[in-house]
Amino acid sequence: MDFDYTDEQKALKDEARRFLGDASPISVVRGVLENPERGHDAALWARVAEQGWCGAAIPEAYGGSEFGYVELCGLAEELGRSLAPVPFASSVYQFAEAVLAEGTEEQKLELLPAIASGEAIGTIAVSEGPGKVSAKRLATRYANGTLTGEKLPVADGMAAGKAVVLAMGSDGPVLVLTDLAGPGIDRRIVPTLDPTRGAAQIVFDNAPAQVLGAGGDGIAALARVHDRSAVLMSFEQLGGADRALEMARDYALERYAFGRPIGSYQAIKHKLADVFIRIEVARASAYYGAWALSTNAAELPVAAAAARIAGCNAYWQAAKENIQTHGGIGFTWEADPHLHYRRARHLGLVLGSAKAWKHKLTDRLEAQRAASNAERHAA
Amino acid sequence: MNFDDNPTEAQYRTKVRDWIAANKPNLSVLPPEERLVWTYGHKNAMRDWQATKSAGGYACITWPKEQGGAGGTQIEDVIFSQEETAAEIHDPYYITGLKMLIPAILKFNSDAKFAERVPLAVRGDEIWCQLFSEPSSGSDSAGIRTAAVRQDDEWVINGQKVWNSGAAHADYGLLITRTDPDQPKHKGLAAFWLKMDTPGLEVRPIKTMGGDSELNEVFFDDVRIPDDQRVGAVNDGWSVVLATLMNERAAIGQSNGLTWSDMMDLAASVPTDEGTVMDDDAFRDLIADLYVDLEARRLIGFRTLTAISRGQSPGPEGSAAKLLWSGGTQTMMSEALDMLGEFGLVQDSVLSPRAGAFQQRFLWSCGLRIGGGTDEIQKNIIAERVLGLPADVRVDKGVPFREIPSGR
Repeated sequence: MDFDYTDEQKALKDEARRFLGDASPISVVRGVLENPERGHDAALWARVAEQGWCGAAIPEAYGGSEFGYVELCGLAEELGRSLAPVPFASSVYQFAEAVLAEGTEEQKLELLPAIASGEAIGTIAVSEGPGKVSAKRLATRYANGTLTGEKLPVADGMAAGKAVVLAMGSDGPVLVLTDLAGPGIDRRIVPTLDPTRGAAQIVFDNAPAQVLGAGGDGIAALARVHDRSAVLMSFEQLGGADRALEMARDYALERYAFGRPIGSYQAIKHKLADVFIRIEVARASAYYGAWALSTNAAELPVAAAAARIAGCNAYWQAAKENIQTHGGIGFTWEADPHLHYRRARHLGLVLGSAKAWKHKLTDRLEAQRAASNAERHAA
Repeated sequence: MNFDDNPTEAQYRTKVRDWIAANKPNLSVLPPEERLVWTYGHKNAMRDWQATKSAGGYACITWPKEQGGAGGTQIEDVIFSQEETAAEIHDPYYITGLKMLIPAILKFNSDAKFAERVPLAVRGDEIWCQLFSEPSSGSDSAGIRTAAVRQDDEWVINGQKVWNSGAAHADYGLLITRTDPDQPKHKGLAAFWLKMDTPGLEVRPIKTMGGDSELNEVFFDDVRIPDDQRVGAVNDGWSVVLATLMNERAAIGQSNGLTWSDMMDLAASVPTDEGTVMDDDAFRDLIADLYVDLEARRLIGFRTLTAISRGQSPGPEGSAAKLLWSGGTQTMMSEALDMLGEFGLVQDSVLSPRAGAFQQRFLWSCGLRIGGGTDEIQKNIIAERVLGLPADVRVDKGVPFREIPSGR
């Protein structure tokens, strides 16, 4: 039993916090907020890439630095805490994981080195409009090596050069790879709740594409990839939630009303204690997810769904109560709490809503229990 | 991040699992009503089990051998408890003494008279209870009014304790008293250990809303305790309270009872037109929420364990775990009743699912939110000790105890 970061992992995390404190102060985040057409901070991205973080979980054979998944989780926590406006989640947790988990050897060799070095940025395009994408309603088509249709929104869709796209193939849904800088692609910036993580509307008109890996059920493949992304993303949510609670705490100590700090009133204390509990639930669930991801455990699908749900809840609670604790000043553009409020929803919607993940979790618990009951009967 | 037993731990687990299977108490020889906890039949069976564990080297696993322990590790202790729980052995009688009170007393007293008691407790011959709370001292745990007045080499005790778990079954108790009401609240206290059949001491069981009588009132009418049974210094009883509560925090985390998987079993057995309650979308959302919270509580326990195994003291995550458990249990039981519809009202050992366990836990869960530090106190602990927010304004600070308003 060892349910924490090791000393080395902690050292890496501390180093990352120092680095981001210097490289990604709130002024850098606001630089993108005020200029949403930028989508991300390119200079910061270059510095993050220089650290070798993009390849943290990518094997050396594919150009990665292969620190390990738990190390990547620690970095994700710090990126989330600092609100770093970079396409790290799309490129590393999503695109790289999709290629690693589902791609052919050739695709891995071709695509991953540039992702690991940060030269290339990737993303995954799933959503097509309101509601959850399903095999029944999937409209983007893949046929004869080309893609046709529209994806909206695609996180980091302007910054990315490569994308994994969920499309309807001749035998059902399939994941395909396409070059966003290539022909047959028309994309434009789409405004979102969180301008510090840019997004695009992408129209494919006979854009050249190839099947990711051996093909097969694209919905199932996407679910496998999303499980991996969800664990990593839950650490960004955890870092963001921790920071939002800290901001609320600091303000509650410094703001006086009726002659005493507002943090001495139980109305505030108990509210923030409730947020702390949500964060502890998220932390425990995220750590369990990290264990499952790093050991390829059979528990990954259940652990990932729980980490996702707990991460969404914690960041949402922390972000909204941070604004509430700040009162009127927290509602202004100049104060920082809204940056977390925006980011909490961004992270809570990319990969699908917490509600959708609850359905997945219960499905998986049911399947797990059916299997263990069958096993008991057989024995 | 590693959840698996390492090879040594796995080997130990197999060994104790086999040992428990070969030696565990057989409750089926008891009449059904005596198989319940806090009955004499159950207590005697657990007394034998404690003796068996002691002889087998599994009592007080982390204690040094000279104190009757096994000289083992914290992890071994946890593995053994997990395997006991898996074998459905529920023993609430010895935890208070062996996990909380005796380790605290040993921090203050090294005399031969107390040392004699220790092996007897380890063997299961003597059960201990905690005599802290009072009618006017619940969450305000230093507001002790039970008076101890010195007369030569003895102390004369008068007053009342309440909510004392297992006091009717206990042989010994650790008592907190007020020795000097002219000092501020936290000063002027003293602790004593005493035999529960000391003349002038009377235990009266309390019937709780759940119908059981685990809790008691304990009355002191000129009870005389020799000064050599004092724990720690006169007027420094608060240190003894703190030492005990620290142990309580470390002891949190092992529990059993109905959980999310029992809710799934129940739902799968309740029919609807579409199939069962398991097919209901709102119920499926609820299961996901329950799983996340209750599983997190279990995982937070592992974080506590990790801290302990690294030689660090467990953090405040224990308060979060307790709140998740108490709130989660009450919500879960209320939802179980809803799922059964009107039939949820029936609390009958034959007619109700699981012999009425959901209804019983529904009633019992109110106590879970109060005992061992109320929900509100746990939130204060988190707010003050973790988040560093200021303590509430205190009107009793620095005031001599006898001048503190009591509302009477």
